[in-house]
Amino acid sequence: MSRIASLFAALKTTGKKALIPYITAGDPQKDATVPMMHTLVDAGCDLIELGVPFSDPMADGPTIQLACERALEHNTSLRDVLAMVAEFRTTDSTTPVVLMGYLNPVEAMGYDTFVTAAVTAGVDGVLLVDLPPEEAVDVDAIFKSAGLDMVYLIAPTTTDERIEAIGQAGSGYVYYVSLKGVTGSKALDVDDVERNLQRIRQHVSIPVGVGFGIQNGTTAAAVSAVCDGVIVGSAIVNRIADNATNPAEAQRLVAALMQEMRSAMDQ
Amino acid sequence: MRCIVSTTNNTTPEQNAHAAVLDANLPDERGHFGIYGGRFVSETLTAALDELQATYLKLRDDEDFQKAFDHDLAHYVGRPSPLYYAERLSDHCGGARIFLKREDLNHTGAHKINNTIGQALLAKFMGKKKIIAETGAGQHGVASATVAARFGLECKVFMGSTDVERQKLNVYRMKLLGAEVESVTSGTKTLKDAMNEAMRHWVTNVDDTFYIIGTAAGPHPYPMLVRDFQSVIGRETQTQSQEQIGRQPDAVVACVGGGSNAIGMFYPYIKHPEVAMYGVEAGGLGLEGDDHAAPLSKGRPGVLHGNRTYLMEDDNGQIMGTHSISAGLDYPGVGPEHSWLKDVGRAQYVAATDSEAIEAFHKLTQLEGIMPALESSHAVAFAMKLAATMPSDKVIVVNLSGRGDKDIHTIATLDGVTA
Repeated sequence: MSRIASLFAALKTTGKKALIPYITAGDPQKDATVPMMHTLVDAGCDLIELGVPFSDPMADGPTIQLACERALEHNTSLRDVLAMVAEFRTTDSTTPVVLMGYLNPVEAMGYDTFVTAAVTAGVDGVLLVDLPPEEAVDVDAIFKSAGLDMVYLIAPTTTDERIEAIGQAGSGYVYYVSLKGVTGSKALDVDDVERNLQRIRQHVSIPVGVGFGIQNGTTAAAVSAVCDGVIVGSAIVNRIADNATNPAEAQRLVAALMQEMRSAMDQ
Repeated sequence: MRCIVSTTNNTTPEQNAHAAVLDANLPDERGHFGIYGGRFVSETLTAALDELQATYLKLRDDEDFQKAFDHDLAHYVGRPSPLYYAERLSDHCGGARIFLKREDLNHTGAHKINNTIGQALLAKFMGKKKIIAETGAGQHGVASATVAARFGLECKVFMGSTDVERQKLNVYRMKLLGAEVESVTSGTKTLKDAMNEAMRHWVTNVDDTFYIIGTAAGPHPYPMLVRDFQSVIGRETQTQSQEQIGRQPDAVVACVGGGSNAIGMFYPYIKHPEVAMYGVEAGGLGLEGDDHAAPLSKGRPGVLHGNRTYLMEDDNGQIMGTHSISAGLDYPGVGPEHSWLKDVGRAQYVAATDSEAIEAFHKLTQLEGIMPALESSHAVAFAMKLAATMPSDKVIVVNLSGRGDKDIHTIATLDGVTA
């Protein structure tokens, strides 16, 4: 069983939900990323979505755009990100890591090269926001045959027919984008998420994570009641940005936020 | 991996190209031109693009829609635009006869209005009250603001803050027309970032907003519908060539940024292999360095802004900043159909540098009394070189995609004149 599948299976037996943080690799410095990943795990996180910086993050709001710009200022490349995962794996062999980003850096490296390097580094899954299943046909097979999970997005605008197809194409978990907008948008509407989750569950048998608009313990707890994983990005990245010159303080604030969410979700 | 053209040993590349284009009825139903094009967007936009595609495919053959489109092209834009024999320019070059397809005479001064009329009509038929657009030099922004006024739609234009600064007059024009101009400060603060921001706004306001993309790029169905709306350029050229010279030209030439004016000229000629097609990219300071905007000449295939196409990118797949004297060509990607036409060999893509474009601007101004846009000056520059290599019984048609009024300030600054 893959690390991601094992994680969700284990959580299910304890009745807990996954806490899934997102950080952009190389933000604000390359050497800050691996310590932050360990901080996240120590604070109770279950799976890490590690952002691969891209020059044109079309689906992201200002918070993650700026994180990409900070990471690219010192040329954080996809190879650097894979090296970070390998370093993380030297002391953590259990926490799943999903690379999240855009297709072009992966395509530029070459799919076969990437897949080999990702598996060697200890990557568990890939979420490419601008690669819907229809365009992923060739790539999807290459990734999955190497044992990488393919995480796809579902949006409030996704039709039932597509939800069904995405549920079948996806592996590991699917990522439900809770609102029409970019990352870092206003707070989500929990009732709306609940209604859509009911619709999604009819077609999708793998775990469903929910992201976009989750900023504090209260929302995290409310959302976790209706899904399998709570995904938090901009709220973390904002704390990293505000303390770009003080990594210890950034780690302290991020840990506090994750602990708040963890305990709210577990109550 | 999909394959573009099956090549066998007993056919020449030319024959393969010929066979490929004659067989092709592109894009396919998912928007692919060979390996290019497609729809690489985050999930939220898929439903909106599906709706747009369905609406367009229905209206494309709808008599009322076509009548409304043709009416506005004739009475609002002022079509057909003339095909003009540039006799003194031809004599100066000493070779083939050069004709100019005068898109510069359209309302708002460029070919952009053909497409914005078409897309605004789509918005109206779809019941969307708000339109958004991205713009570089401001020509597409002005054309979008214009049709918004014409159809009573709310309009917001996204423009990189660098471009807002260097194209103040067009910013003011858009405001006079009632549009709101949103200055974009992310990334390189130019056209590509304006397009990112327009996409982000669209994702957030997808229920009531129509996104008018200005070039033949972006996610399917945009490259197809922009091409179809701009194809009036090539169709008129075919009719006018027959009337004026009794046959079709030997070559057509157009500048290529995103490539909407070029595909508008090329598309009706694709299945006429006797007509050579040349797309002219922005060579900037020269193709040997990185200061240009010539992805077809120097880039490689990748994925940006919803489609797979030739891009200017670094080894890590990050999109590079571009340089051109002409803001309208200052873009790191290109429409996917051009990438396909390049690979199958049906069109050739070349480049003209900043200084060649400026020289062509002056020559056309002095010899014909026509001031071309700096974008179109790239096409003129290459056509002048090409004409000199061809005998006098040959004919070249240059798509003069826009007029140069907007560039006077740039030219004046280069000449040391301060207005």
